[in-house]
Amino acid sequence: MTPVPFTVTKRTPELADTFTLELTPAAGGVAPSFLPGQFNMLYAFGVGEVPISISGDPAHSGTLIHTIRDVGAVTNALSRLKKGAQIGVRGPFGSAWPVVEAEGSDVVIIAGGIGLAPLRPAINHILANRTKYGRFVILYGARSPADALYVKQLQSWRGRLDTYVDVTVDHAGRDWAGNVGVVTRLIGRANFDAHHAKVFICGPEIMMRFTIKELADLGVAKDDIYVSMERNMKCAVGHCGHCQFGGHFICKDGPVFEYARIESLLQVRGL
Amino acid sequence: MVKVEGLDKLMAEHPFFQGMDEASRKTLAGCARNERFGAGDYIANEGKPAERFYFIRSGTVALEFHLPSNDGLVIETLHDGEVFGWSWMVPPYEWAYDIRAVELTRVISLEATCLRKKLKKDNALGFELYSRFVPVMAKRLSSARQQLTDMYGKS
Amino acid sequence: MSNAVSARTRAVVIKADRLDSLILALRKSGYKTIGPKARDGAVVLEEIASADELPLGLVDDQQPGAYRLTKAKKPAYFDFTHGSQTWKRYLFPPKEKLWTAVKTVKGFEVQSEVDAPKYAFIGVRACELHAIQIQDKVFVEGEHTTTGYKTRRERALVVAVNCRRAGGTCFCASMNTGPTVGDGADLVLSEFTKKNTHEFLVEAGSVRGEKILAKLEGRSAKDADYKTVQKAADKTAKSMGRDMPGDAAKILADNLESPRWQDIAKRCLDCANCTLVCPTCFCSTTTDTTSLDGENAERWRSWDSCFTLDFSYIHGGAIRRDNAQRYRQWITHKLSHWFDQFGTSGCVGCGRCITWCPVGIDITAEVRAIATKT
Repeated sequence: MTPVPFTVTKRTPELADTFTLELTPAAGGVAPSFLPGQFNMLYAFGVGEVPISISGDPAHSGTLIHTIRDVGAVTNALSRLKKGAQIGVRGPFGSAWPVVEAEGSDVVIIAGGIGLAPLRPAINHILANRTKYGRFVILYGARSPADALYVKQLQSWRGRLDTYVDVTVDHAGRDWAGNVGVVTRLIGRANFDAHHAKVFICGPEIMMRFTIKELADLGVAKDDIYVSMERNMKCAVGHCGHCQFGGHFICKDGPVFEYARIESLLQVRGL
Repeated sequence: MVKVEGLDKLMAEHPFFQGMDEASRKTLAGCARNERFGAGDYIANEGKPAERFYFIRSGTVALEFHLPSNDGLVIETLHDGEVFGWSWMVPPYEWAYDIRAVELTRVISLEATCLRKKLKKDNALGFELYSRFVPVMAKRLSSARQQLTDMYGKS
Repeated sequence: MSNAVSARTRAVVIKADRLDSLILALRKSGYKTIGPKARDGAVVLEEIASADELPLGLVDDQQPGAYRLTKAKKPAYFDFTHGSQTWKRYLFPPKEKLWTAVKTVKGFEVQSEVDAPKYAFIGVRACELHAIQIQDKVFVEGEHTTTGYKTRRERALVVAVNCRRAGGTCFCASMNTGPTVGDGADLVLSEFTKKNTHEFLVEAGSVRGEKILAKLEGRSAKDADYKTVQKAADKTAKSMGRDMPGDAAKILADNLESPRWQDIAKRCLDCANCTLVCPTCFCSTTTDTTSLDGENAERWRSWDSCFTLDFSYIHGGAIRRDNAQRYRQWITHKLSHWFDQFGTSGCVGCGRCITWCPVGIDITAEVRAIATKT
């Protein structure tokens, strides 16, 4: 599968090291449709490829939206692209957040740091089909107020009368009147039916571990919890072997997994 | 000043005292008083004598470190139903950080000298108190350690 | 799966000195004939132009961590079993260019490339044929297909050969992958060296094979010939020096935290030999390069091994930082997870990983050790 050239139609800085690119196919037409939770392999000419979650609205897939953090050679190359530049896109790949299966239940979204980006398409889908779901809760944790992603959107989601949004940061200055503390502390205060909810979690693995523990204490079933896993990726099609996690290929069996399915694997170090 | 019976009733409503027998609770109520703090009020300052044990009835407090370069680095916020101020248990009985009320906050506070006297006399009472407080501290420690990992990384 | 030799649709018995006619027929039909050759003390797989280049009269002595080629008492062409190389170096080359990209006014254009010579593989063992079919499941029969592999595989003609002896580290019988060649070969050779005759029973296993067979001159196959082949197969199956426990997949899946992993780690050098010589290992990495002026870019795919430290690297560090964890990954993938991923074991019992491991780690023994230490 070869990369398809896409043109950068918009570049938005989000945080000091994080930016969002909007892409449309260079040859014209619309971008392929995708499911919330899926990712593309983005190619920076001559530098390399990285897996980046699609963070746009699945209902408006004409353009691709990717929020990228500058952490290495390829993402650095992507961060220096201006409007009009071309990048290569392969995808979409991977499994999706079960937004259809979750219909009829309460939905709790728990995101940490840049983990909010892969969850945004799920949030968009649920809000676009709001009456199909029960209570809708969005909990978000970031390092500090300056490191919170999509602040304007968090505010607009919070502004809705049918959505509960709570945000916390690991530390803050005195000019922050909001919560300070780990994101797990927000769970007990949120109003949802633990026995009839689907929970989607995305963030650093430590955060996912403690969050799952907190949810289990509340009585949320293991098969109602979904996490997004990350591993080294090269081909994204299950042929290079790098992304294996136990017997699962993160690129095609994941990145979204039902927690019950991978619980025992998460407990083994260095798997 | 609210009578002891009134304070005992308020304490019974607070999650921390769930399951505690009436006699123990009434004994503790003897050291208690009802307090309120306005937004921005400092309830405690780092290094000052820790003379009270606080139970938040309603409101929010922020635990802060005062840094030379930073007026107040907030490391945790606590809400309704939570407790703070364990420095009264551990010599030299001094506050470990600043505590500021973020909004109008109502608390029940227990006076430390009174508490220490009663606990010395009645070991069972001590057990009731400490067995409720240790899990709180354990959870705080776990949360603090998670925050320490700086898991989200710097922007 | 039985070890029975079944009569194929068309067969002929040719004299061994006419083996060249087979190779010639293949070359005349446009095939690049690849076969075993003795070089630098081992059997390698290279292009051969005639039967003279085959390792006639050589036999291998393989043990954990040791490989020697010696002269045989009876001069046969295929009494050695195999060397360190496998047919994957042709179907799934160590280095392959996937595509090139060229800068244009607006951005860039990508052109994919497929290098697909028409190969005829001569001397494919039963285990090796299974290994090829196992890689087919990875590269062709899954959700995504690798075009290069698919094209090379479709064009490749397989001339398999039945083993008349078991190699020192072989255990194909316990893996149900040999010693008798199963379905999927275009032609199957069985060598006879009884009394003073040296002949080959040549059987066709496909229409393509029949076309080549039609060009060979020899006598018709008799019952006695098939009996000889069966006898040799039975003898070979019985003489294997080791076997893989049938429940290896479950043993490994149930013992991810076995203390044995640390024991193995004390011996394993992380040299990755096992992954290089294994005919089914398929891990690869991709490399992106540019020309000096930055106008042209290429993407290459090359063999990789799960034994390297950066194989599992994500920001912050590698997931498998301990070599015990890396060894566990390799063996549990090969013998256990492979079933979940592709429906079969990843191992064909060829024994190469045992022979070419510098410290002679034997996966059949390790599986047993892990089973007993619980």
